This record gives sequence, structure tokens and C-alpha cells, in this order.
Amino acid sequence: MRLLDGLRCCGHRSGRGARQIGLRWFQSLLLAATLFAPDALAQSRNDGFLAALGELREASFPDKEKIVERLSESGHPSARPVLTALLEDRLYVRPQDQKIFLVKSGDDSLASFELVDPLSLRDAGSSPRDALTKVGTNNSLRKLLKLTVARFDLSSPASAVRLAAVEEMLRSLDDASIALLRKRVGVETDAGVKEEIETGLALAALDSSDPQARLDGIATLAHNLRQQVRNRLAGLLEQSADGGFVERDERVRRAAATAVRAIDRSRTFYSGIETLFFGLSVGSVLVLVAIGLAVTFGVMGVINMAHGELMMLGAYTTYVVQLAMPRHIGASILVAVPAAFLVAGLAGVVLERTIIRFLYGRPLETLLATFGVSLVLQQLVRSIFSANNRSVETPAWMSGTLQLNDALSITYNRLYIVIFTLIVFAILLIVLKRTRLGLDIRAVTQNRAMAQAMGIRTEWVDAMTFGLGSGIAGVAGVALSQFTNVGPNLGQSYIIDSFMVVVFGGVGNLWGTLVGGMSMGVVNQLLEPYAGAVLAKIFVLVALILFIQRWPRGLFPQTGRAAESQ
Amino acid sequence: MRVARRLWSTLADDPGGAVFLALLLAVATVMPALNQVVPVSSALHLSTYSLTLIGKYLCYAMLALAVDLIWGYGGILSLGHAAFFALGGYAMGMYLMRQIGRRGVYGNPILPDFMVFLNWQKLPWFWLGFNHFWFALAMMALVPALLAYVFGWLAFRSRVTGVYLSIMTQALSYALMLAFFRNDMGFGGNNGFTDFKDILGFDLHQDGTRVVLLVITAAALATSYLACRAIVGSRAGRVIRAIRDAESRTRFLGYRVESYKLWVFVFSAVLAGIAGALYVPQVGIINPSEFAPINSIEVVIWVAVGGRGTLVGAAAGAVLVNYAKTFFTGALPEVWLYALGSLFVLVTLFLPRGLMGLVSRPRRPLRPGDALPATWTDRSRVGVSAGSKTK
Repeated sequence: MRLLDGLRCCGHRSGRGARQIGLRWFQSLLLAATLFAPDALAQSRNDGFLAALGELREASFPDKEKIVERLSESGHPSARPVLTALLEDRLYVRPQDQKIFLVKSGDDSLASFELVDPLSLRDAGSSPRDALTKVGTNNSLRKLLKLTVARFDLSSPASAVRLAAVEEMLRSLDDASIALLRKRVGVETDAGVKEEIETGLALAALDSSDPQARLDGIATLAHNLRQQVRNRLAGLLEQSADGGFVERDERVRRAAATAVRAIDRSRTFYSGIETLFFGLSVGSVLVLVAIGLAVTFGVMGVINMAHGELMMLGAYTTYVVQLAMPRHIGASILVAVPAAFLVAGLAGVVLERTIIRFLYGRPLETLLATFGVSLVLQQLVRSIFSANNRSVETPAWMSGTLQLNDALSITYNRLYIVIFTLIVFAILLIVLKRTRLGLDIRAVTQNRAMAQAMGIRTEWVDAMTFGLGSGIAGVAGVALSQFTNVGPNLGQSYIIDSFMVVVFGGVGNLWGTLVGGMSMGVVNQLLEPYAGAVLAKIFVLVALILFIQRWPRGLFPQTGRAAESQ
Repeated sequence: MRVARRLWSTLADDPGGAVFLALLLAVATVMPALNQVVPVSSALHLSTYSLTLIGKYLCYAMLALAVDLIWGYGGILSLGHAAFFALGGYAMGMYLMRQIGRRGVYGNPILPDFMVFLNWQKLPWFWLGFNHFWFALAMMALVPALLAYVFGWLAFRSRVTGVYLSIMTQALSYALMLAFFRNDMGFGGNNGFTDFKDILGFDLHQDGTRVVLLVITAAALATSYLACRAIVGSRAGRVIRAIRDAESRTRFLGYRVESYKLWVFVFSAVLAGIAGALYVPQVGIINPSEFAPINSIEVVIWVAVGGRGTLVGAAAGAVLVNYAKTFFTGALPEVWLYALGSLFVLVTLFLPRGLMGLVSRPRRPLRPGDALPATWTDRSRVGVSAGSKTK
């Protein structure tokens, strides 16, 4: 089986494959004979194939159909590529020498076509488009071609190829393809492919004249979540113009109605899950941008309006890292995360040492000064990288979708952002609760004077805390670079959101930030279908403003005397 | 007569204010003369462009006064005053749009161009009445006042203060910006209103109209200054300052802190709204970017540069910073954000009293431990007063 497929896929290698068979089977024969016999065999097959191919030039459409069948039965390894090319209008004749070629792309806008030899499937130079004539097809020929190609694919050893072939056939079922599927279902070994084939057969059974067959078909389809299946079943319930039902049998109608209801229920359920997941991923972005702020604002009580610009620094760090390693985009993100942490963290420490430490206890002044810093940073980035957005590439492993079932698919980048946020959150929590630095930070937050008396270098702790919060902002920037444009205004668009998350969750409480951000994201996503993106955002903002009026200290307020001082 | 005497005695105590009003009077008389009387060929001639620019600065000065009143005296840092300014501007813009009438691109006598473009059949209800100037005039003050009242009532009652309040006002302004960007709101979407023709029958493109607008703006600024000065000097003004310095103590002394804050906040919003209304006919455009959070923060920096809690300083700061902005964005656009950013940092670090702090020294030199307003002193850091956390 495998060898056969090898033959089919690639003519060049097949010669050697045939030779191996020869060696095995005719070990006892003379060496010369074993070498020559298969070559002669291949040669005659090539001639037959070429001859059939040559007839395509002049044949009428009915004749072409016969030729196609001959080609497919020839067992020649080039048959499938050639027939696919014919189906896709990529088979051309060169009138000059009456030779037939495949072309790589049949795009009419190209001035010249790259030719492929039909026998060896090797490149055969190129030719101007005018010097070639297309081998034409019509509807019935194309139908036949589709079926023939599907037959080839159905016997492919790769289950993915078979699955794709069945899916393609399901799109337009006719008697011939149903017959093909029926033949295949008995021998199919892969469960996924088999299920797909059964779906196809069940869909076909709905057209059967036997009510029992129709009932069986519905029973098979009742758990299928595909839109096509649902529509087909719903079609059974429709009434024709004269008031009679399309489906005459009462039992079948009832079964179909039940099946449609069940499918609808499942689809609603899964779309609910999808919305929830979307909300969580949007919320994750919010948590990620806010969590650094939760450290600087929540723990230190510093209003850092330059927080957004620290994220921007992180995003630009990603850009620079990708410039430095253009061949390893996949790994660049992994390098960018620690790099962005260092760059933004360092910027944060400098900011703290030069400006913020003179303004402790004066939150409003800190707000103004750091806003000034944010303007300077924006202009700095504009001067270095220009005001245009920079494109940061998404690594291959982050794109694509995870298809959980027919009604639920999750894009990998959304999945990764949720995971990434949870990891960052966990690390931050561990740093604050389980390390020496965290202990110092908590001590200084709770009682600065006492901490100092115990020998903690509070100034150093201040700088490190601010650096930690800023570094996390940089890490958030790496994540943002995958979602939004990397430009000088990147930070500004997130600063209000991130403050809202921190205030909503309760200042000084990391868990509050997590819960607050996630719930804001989910609420946003829930509102979006009804209100649109902008209006949903406005609703969330207004709801938050009202929420803060009622619970000024957020979801998880700080208790005790520490709360009074802020 | 009595009013004049009151005024005189107020100004005698307030030399800065006297200078300020004299300057305003000079601007309102000399500038129009330079524009109208001096021939174009003369070096002394003031172009209409410059005249309009000065009018714009005066509007900004009025907005700065509004912010100074609540921030410098009331300790309420509003990062949403640009929203009140823009609302006033939109009210004026709606009147001006209705005045265009048939002269619009589509020639619809009732509907502004953008509504015709969006295929609207009739004027939305909130546009009714804006063809009357008096109605628009009332709305310029009432709309900001109402928003400030509702927001302030909610916020001050539940004692949202300090940074929280700042963030809330910023979010409010941001939400309004997003809302006004939507086409369905009926305020022209992101294009806003522009292409105005005339106001009360006077052509807006005529130099004479511009001159009158400048004089009116100067008069409005002078009046607002006197009003703010009167509020600050009154008994209520002293309570407001007391709230700024020690809110809880003032409350315990029996004052209704919330109502004082609310009324000064509303008054300030009205001032901002009027400033916005005067701004729009001179600049000729109003769009949602006026709501942008950065605008509100810029107003705060004008006040900080001039000197907060001085009124005159706030107005002077607005004019100076904006003059610098006009100059830099024209001559060295690259440098402007660096300059503005550094200004924020340097002023907060080294000039906590702003430029006015340089001009008018306190009665005696300040010494450490002096009872400065709490917002100015380096209060013990957040953690120190916290004490150990009680369980």
C-alpha cells in the first residue's frame, strides 16, 4: 500500500521503488534481467500515459471524459497531479511542438507560466502565456475530475488527505460520490474519516424513498453540529407552497424536529463557551496591562501615567529583538519577554530614582510628572523609530485555530494570551509571597518606619518594587505587540483601561485585578453583539464609574488602617 | 456705585488681579485697533489670524481658571474638564450648524449636511431649539452643569476623592469621546461640526465679527475672573480651601463638604462650557478629539505652570504654554512634546507654586514645618501613616 502510494505521488522515485520490488521478487534471476525488466515496464506505461494525454489536445468533451478515465486507470504516478491540474485549469498545450505541460499557477495576470513536465513532474522552464493553449473543461468533465481526484485521495494512506477528500465531497453530494463513499466506508480504519463518511451517507439517506432509511439518517445526524447538517434537517420541516410538508412521513418530521432542536441547543451552548473564552482572552489583555500598575499603584500608591509607555517600550523591544534575529521569529518572542522585562524594568528604576522618589505622598503631582515622562518617551520613540507603526511578526506557532468541534474553535493566540497572563500572574504572586524581595515589599507597604528600623533598605525596596511593576508592563507590551499596532500611541490607548481595572478590582489587591480584568473582558464581550464594540466599551466605562460611586474601594477593598492612608 | 466700590476694594487687595484685568482691557482695546485701524501695510498691523489666535488663548485661559478654581482651591483634580469645554463647544456648534440652513452642500433647510449624508429624515429631538440663540446659550451652560451635577453628586456623596476622582473624571471624558465619535449619536461622528457661516446674522469670516468675538471673550474672561475671585474671597471660598487642606476635619466641624464641593464643581464646569462655546466660533471647528483625555491633562499643566491656587497664574499659564505650543509646533515640531513633557516634570519637581511662586513671594520665607496646604507638603509616605495592618 505504502509503496503503491509512493509510486503515485512521485514518478521519479517510483522507478527505483519498482526496481526494489523487482529485486525482492526475482532474487534468483540474473542481475541483468532484474534490472531491465521493470524499466521496460515503466517505459511502456509512460508511453501509454503520454499517448492518452496527447489525445486530450483535440478530443471533444465526451471523448475527454473517456481519456480521463483511462488516465486514472493507468495507475501512472503522475495521474493524480495531471488530473488535478486539468480540474484547476492548469493543463496547457504548447502548439509549437504539441507537447502538454502542467503550469505552476494558472493566474491569468501572469505574463509567463512556469512549466512542469507531466511525466517526471520536474520543472520544464517557462513559456510566455500567449504561446500556450489551455486544455478546456466543461461542467460534467469537471464533475468527473473531482470524483476521480477524490477517489485517488480516498485511497491515500494519510488520514488527513482522506478526511479532506470526504469533506470536499460532502460539499456537493451526488450519486457517483455517494457510491464512492459507500464503497469506502467498509474499509476505512480511521475513526474520524469513518464518521465523516457516515455523515455523508446519512445526508444521502435523507433523500432515500424508504422512511426507515431517512429515520436512520436523522439518528446518525442528530449529534452533528455542522451548519450544513442543521440546515439540511431543518429543510425537512419546511412546508411547500401548497401547504403540504416537504417531508411526508410524520415520524421522520418529528425526529428531524427533535434533532434540529438538539443541534441548536448544543450550538448555542458552544457559542456561549466561545463568547466566554473570547471574554476571558480580552480580560487577560486587560489583566496583563493592569497587573504592573497593580504593583506600582496598588502596592506603592504611585500613580504612574507613564505605565502605558513602559508597555510601549516592551513592544518596541519585541520589534528590535525580531530585527536582531530575523531567522528565528518563533523563538524571538521567548527572547523578547525577558528582554522587555529588563528594558522596561530598568526604565522604571531610573524613573523612580530620578523623579518619583521626590514625589512620594503627593499622588496628584506624581500623576502630572509621570504624564510628562510619558510624553517624552512617546516623542523619543517617534524620533528613533519614526511615527509610523512598526510591524511585529506573529510566530507560526501562535497563529492558527484549535478546532474543538464543528461549533467551537479557538484561535491559538487567544489561548496563549490567557495562559501567558496566568503565568505572569502566578510568577508575580510567588515573587510577592515567597521571596525575600516580596517580604521586603510587603513590610515596607505595611509599615515603612518599622521596616526601616528592622534594617530593610526601604529606598532600595522602593526602586525594586517600581522596577518590578515596570518590568511587568514591558512583558505586557510583548503580548500587546501580537495584538495591536506597535506605534508611539500604543500605551495611551490602554492607560485608562488599566487604571479602571485596578480601581475596579480594589487597589492593593492582585486577586482583585485578576477578577476585575477578567470580568470586565467577559462583560464587554457579552455586550458586544447587542451594542457594538464602541458602545459596549462606553457601557462598561459608565458602569464602572457608577460602580465606584457605590463601592469606592473596588471589588476587594483593603481593610484595616492601611486603607485609610490612601 | 456700591458694586464699583466693592470691586475697587477687592482689586486693591489683589494687585495681580488688577494687572491681569488691565492687561485684558488692553488686549480688548488695542488688538482690535491694530487689526481694524492700522493699515495692512504697516508693521504694526495685526493679522486676523493672530487676532483669532489670541481669542483662542483667552478661551483656554478661561478653561484654566475653571480648573484652578476646583484644583487650586478645592483640591479636586479633574482630568475631565476638556469634556465640559467640548460640551459647551458642541452646544454652540449645534446653533452654528442650524444657522447654515440652505447654504450647506446638500441645501437642506433643516438638516445639517452630515444628517442628509447619513440619510436621516428628520432632526433628532435633542437638536430641537438650537436654531434659537438664547436656547443654545442656555444649553452651553446647562449641559455641562447637569453632567457635572450628576457626576459630582454621585462622586462626592460616596466620598470618591483624590486620585480615584481624577481617574473617574478621565474615564468619563474618555467615554464621552468614544460616544461622540459614533455617527449614530447625531453629532457628526469624527468630523464633528465645521464650515460655519454666521452667528446672529454676522458673517463669521468677517474681520469685524472676529474682533467682536475677541472683545466678548476678553469680557467673559474678566467676568469669570471676578466671579472666581469673589467665590474664593467669600466665606464659602474659605470652606472650600479648608476642605482641600483637611477634608475630614472640615466635615467634623459641621460643614456639608459634599454640597460645597458639588457647587464649586458645577460652577467650574459651567465656566469651562462657556469657554468652549466662545472657542468654537473663533476656531471654526469642533470634533470629538476635544474630549481626548490628554487635553484635560494639558489644562492641568497650564495651571501648574502658572501657579495653582492663584487664578491669575492659571490664566497666564494657559496663555504662555499655548503660545509656546504654537511657536514650537510651527518652528520645531519634533521638540514640542519633549518640551511639554519636561515642563510637566520640572514644574512639579522644582516649581510647586508655578511661575506665580517666582513673582509673588510669600509674606515671609517658608521654613520646613510651615503649615502649607496638605497637597503641597511632602506628607509622610503612604505606608508610614498606615501603621501596622489591623486584622
